[in-house]
Amino acid sequence: MSLRSPLGRVRGLGSAKSGAHHWLHQRLTAVAIVPLSLWFVNAILTHMHDDHAEIVDWIGSPLVAALLIALIVAVFYHAKLGLQVVIEDYFHGELAKVVLLVAMKLGLAFGALLGVVAVLKISFGSA
Amino acid sequence: MANFSLPKNSTIGQGKAYDHAPGAKRTRTFSMYRWDPDSGENPRVDHYRIDLDKCGPMVLDAIIYIKNEIDPTVTFRRSCREGICGSCAMNIDGTNTLACTKAIEDIDGDVRIYPLPHMSVLKDLVPDLTHFYAQYASIKPWLQSQTPAPPDKERLQSVEEREKLDGLYECILCACCSTSCPSYWWNSERYLGPAILLQAYRWLVDSRDEATGERLDELEDPFRLYRCHTIMNCAKTCPKGLNPAKAIAEIKKMMVARTL
Repeated sequence: MSLRSPLGRVRGLGSAKSGAHHWLHQRLTAVAIVPLSLWFVNAILTHMHDDHAEIVDWIGSPLVAALLIALIVAVFYHAKLGLQVVIEDYFHGELAKVVLLVAMKLGLAFGALLGVVAVLKISFGSA
Repeated sequence: MANFSLPKNSTIGQGKAYDHAPGAKRTRTFSMYRWDPDSGENPRVDHYRIDLDKCGPMVLDAIIYIKNEIDPTVTFRRSCREGICGSCAMNIDGTNTLACTKAIEDIDGDVRIYPLPHMSVLKDLVPDLTHFYAQYASIKPWLQSQTPAPPDKERLQSVEEREKLDGLYECILCACCSTSCPSYWWNSERYLGPAILLQAYRWLVDSRDEATGERLDELEDPFRLYRCHTIMNCAKTCPKGLNPAKAIAEIKKMMVARTL
């Protein structure tokens, strides 16, 4: 039960004055993922029958390593932006929402980090 | 989680059936959502079979006929009966529209009539629009200008500037679009919804308005504006043929334009 005025309730805590960058980044990563995944699928098909040494050698190329890292970062960042919206849409308990958002963001950041470290490790030749 | 099922006291039961057209040639059955807050009972659907030769061609004509001739307790809003006041917005045959501009002929089979979806119901077909109107007030739907108006004439607009308001000024705030939007269903406490955002855009593109930046500041919010996921129900259902989704997309473009 609240006797607050309807307008007061609508104004709430005011505008967050953010959201444009989230929206823009979601679209930019979506656009970036299209050529990157086409390249990735094509590369996997090309190197499907390579042995371990050949794959390690392939990832050792700076261009390939850079493209792989770009793909990993774009995919995980895009997933983070998208899942954030899904959680905000459907989870209305403040505690559940915050816990899920933090867990999702940390989890995906770690996933991206893991992928990048793996590529760098192979690329720098210690795998 | 968002609430996907009806609460227990909102599940709809079967009501009474009235046959008011024995022996008539052209008949139609209207199945109407009924709920009386004073009865303490769950909502029900009443069925009224009427003679179409005895009432006008629109769904609103039939509802008025039912209230006058069969059941005076049927409660609904109506005023202009020509699609300009927005009072008789309701869910007819599964789509939000104005009862006064929806022809009975255009509907196959029984005509199912419910209040606008996902709103608190005050009685029968009357939803509580208090929050919706407060959201409208929150976008300051009036001209804001520091430059005083010319003393001897109105503020001028070029023909091209005026044309930018076409497709926006026609909105009658009937709430059909907002109440058809799933994002508005789940998050209407914070998301402004298509109708209010179309109105906000109407002032953002008005060449006479000088508060564009402040208006954008107020809208730039993950919930107020960015809950729109381009579902497009708003454009599909608008009884005036407007496109709120496009207006929202234009606001998003303005947001980006001022950061680049």
